[in-house]
Amino acid sequence: MTELGKYASTVLTAYGASLVLLAALIVQTVLANARARRALEEHERRG
Amino acid sequence: MSIWEYANPVKFMRTSGAALPWVVAGAAICTIAGLIWGFLTPQDYKQGATVKIIFLHVPAALMAINIWLMMLVTSLIWLIRRHHVSALAAKAAAPVGAVMTLIALITGAVWGQPMWGTWWEWDPRLTSFLILFLFYLGYMALWEAVENPDSAADLTGVLCLVGSVFALLSRYAVNFWNQGLHQGASLSLAPGERMSAVYRYPLYLTMAGFFLLFLALLLIRTRTEIRRRRLAALLARENRT
Repeated sequence: MTELGKYASTVLTAYGASLVLLAALIVQTVLANARARRALEEHERRG
Repeated sequence: MSIWEYANPVKFMRTSGAALPWVVAGAAICTIAGLIWGFLTPQDYKQGATVKIIFLHVPAALMAINIWLMMLVTSLIWLIRRHHVSALAAKAAAPVGAVMTLIALITGAVWGQPMWGTWWEWDPRLTSFLILFLFYLGYMALWEAVENPDSAADLTGVLCLVGSVFALLSRYAVNFWNQGLHQGASLSLAPGERMSAVYRYPLYLTMAGFFLLFLALLLIRTRTEIRRRRLAALLARENRT
């Protein structure tokens, strides 16, 4: 395992915050796309 | 074949749908491998373990600036040639750019505290990055505030032109403003300033990963916007008849 020394909290905070933001962006993007596709498909099916 | 064929929503949906699995796979491999490799690099003799933050900070900052410049190009295409897909691509890119800018600001503050002794300084690069972040927020708010999509695309296109000054300023501020804490280019090719290969190669990999991640998110979000636009057009047609 990598040694972080006295800067462990600094490095882990930077990685933690960035990964949370990226994960939130990816989840929001995928969910919004699925919602839009479902809504369009349902509308086209109803004719 | 002309690049303008991709301005056709049907052609864009077909091509982007075929490319998306490859782009997503490339983004996942490069980003995850690059971040793990970067996290496992040895400590720097000056900065200690904080050097590992570079693998998030630099790719995010690079994308923050370049996403705005991509939005500038697509906004100009909309303003000049009136291709809807280009306006929707600019709209789709903005939240990704805002998150990249926020990551650059947060990691910069967290890194700056132990290295500079402060979380924040009104330094030219830091300040221009904060203004760029506010421009991203303003850009997204303007899209939501204007009901007519074509008017929204026009107004946000003009805002994008104005904001490009700050995107370029945030890139070059350290070169022509000889003050502030932020150092020059992280990937300098100048003799004696070149980063060690131990850090340079994982950094290249995370930069490629962040670019591919942006491309994957851009394609998905543009496809979402096209579907929303199509649904809105169908509903509007039904309401007229």
